Amino acid sequence: MMKPIEEYLNPTIVNLPPSGIRRFFDLVANTKGVISLGVGEPDFITPWHIREACFYGLERGYTMYTSNFGTPELRKEIAKYAAKRYHVEYEPLSEILITVGASEAVDLAMRAMLRPGEEVLVPEPSYVSYAPTVTMAGGVPVGVPTYVKDDFQLTVEALEQKVTSNTKMLVLCYPNNPTGAIMTRPELEAIARFAEKHDLLVLADEIYAELTYEGSHVSFPSIAGMKDRTILINGFSKSHAMTGWRVGYVCGNKEFVAQMTKIHQYTMLCAPIMGQMAALEALRNGEAEKERMVDQYDQRRRFVVGRFNEMGLTCFNPRGAFYAFPSISVTGLSSDAFCEKLLAEEKVAVVPGTAFGQSGEGFIRVSYASSLANLTAAMDKMEAFVERCQKRQAS
Amino acid sequence: MGAIDKKKLLDILQDDCRISHEQIALMLGQDVETVKRAIKEMEEERIILKYPALINPEKLGDDTVTAMIDVKVVPQRDVGFDQVAERIYRYPEVRSVFLMSGGYDLSVVIEGRTMKEVALFVAQKLAVLEHVQSTATHFVLKRYKKDGVIYDEKEEDYRLQVSP
Repeated sequence: MMKPIEEYLNPTIVNLPPSGIRRFFDLVANTKGVISLGVGEPDFITPWHIREACFYGLERGYTMYTSNFGTPELRKEIAKYAAKRYHVEYEPLSEILITVGASEAVDLAMRAMLRPGEEVLVPEPSYVSYAPTVTMAGGVPVGVPTYVKDDFQLTVEALEQKVTSNTKMLVLCYPNNPTGAIMTRPELEAIARFAEKHDLLVLADEIYAELTYEGSHVSFPSIAGMKDRTILINGFSKSHAMTGWRVGYVCGNKEFVAQMTKIHQYTMLCAPIMGQMAALEALRNGEAEKERMVDQYDQRRRFVVGRFNEMGLTCFNPRGAFYAFPSISVTGLSSDAFCEKLLAEEKVAVVPGTAFGQSGEGFIRVSYASSLANLTAAMDKMEAFVERCQKRQAS
Repeated sequence: MGAIDKKKLLDILQDDCRISHEQIALMLGQDVETVKRAIKEMEEERIILKYPALINPEKLGDDTVTAMIDVKVVPQRDVGFDQVAERIYRYPEVRSVFLMSGGYDLSVVIEGRTMKEVALFVAQKLAVLEHVQSTATHFVLKRYKKDGVIYDEKEEDYRLQVSP
């Protein structure tokens, strides 16, 4: 006779809130003929030369484990790229670990660094997995709201309100999913002084770095004094349309990396070799294709942001990633209600801002990683929907 | 706002020339009048020549025959290959003419209703032109890709409909 099922489960996991995306996903899956702008990945297929590099690798028999750290060639290429592009130097063989996507890297960093009860400052709204990985590692996530009035940038004022003597780490996730906000150098310098003042580690998830459309991305560890306290995370999913290959990496102090590598070796062993071969090709020869994709995103970005502002959904200018985050306050609807009604009435899927934290209320996340034809059709439908909402409100 | 990027404007039009001027203006961060003016200028300068549709003739059930002819020409003093090229491109049967480097001089694309019609055109019109030394005719058997477009595209959007 077994005990009640809950008694077999880990309460930490049981008590994790389910992803706000999940419920909406089910709703969309049950609706036919949907134009979805709810997708958090590139609509481009991995460039052909990268796929081809993988075919040739398989033909030559590259089907085995690699070093726990990842292949030395890939780590060297990443070190070269980080130095050239972001002005930050890492020793390839001890300070870089290849992970199964940037997601694994986030988990490794939390588990390797956090002691029970230590707090982590997580900007909101932000990607869904920071807070749960903190919790799973025994830490305590502390949301730090960001506001549209600040273009969704993280401010020292907001951080100062949440920092305690128990705060261990700060997450920086810019360009940001879901808002598309970026941080410029002066703003990051202010954050750096804050990190120094409170002696915090910084987890810099820069997975969208290459998708920066106005100005250029500033990598947090390139700021004076920050390299030693920063764990830098990046990968190939967004920059080279390689989500399914599952290749990311983490760079940092070799002692940090050594501890993360232990967890990685006992759980993942190594990132898939096919993905690592593809990533190497992406770094060596992928610049032109990447630029082509960035150009396309940029044009779509201007288009959707322009359309949102025209239809009355005020949208701040997102300068990175591939999301627009317009306010839906003119409709008088909550984020959830807006998304459900839009799906039911117009068959357009977008994601409620609240899926990324409570400070996302009043906003929706719209991914413009979709064809122009889809975007145009979706914008026309949304415009009609917003007009109807406003009429209903007036009557 | 800055000056309009003509290269990007042309890329957009080449991909889909039916996109509205308003949409192009948003995409390039320009006002509509600037876009209209740039397009008009490029039309007048004959940078933009025409706005054709790209058609898959096989789906249409069109049996038109296409051939590529390698033409060797003796260049002439002062005009080089241009005069012979003109004699060739004036024929309505000729779809394209390119001056080539390598083993021959002019690459001529011809369309006709039957192979025989094309072969006769080459024999009676092209081969006999003054300064034309020789011709070699290659018939197109199947089209895979044209102007960057794959005729039978198999790649689809396999993404989940919603993901974080």
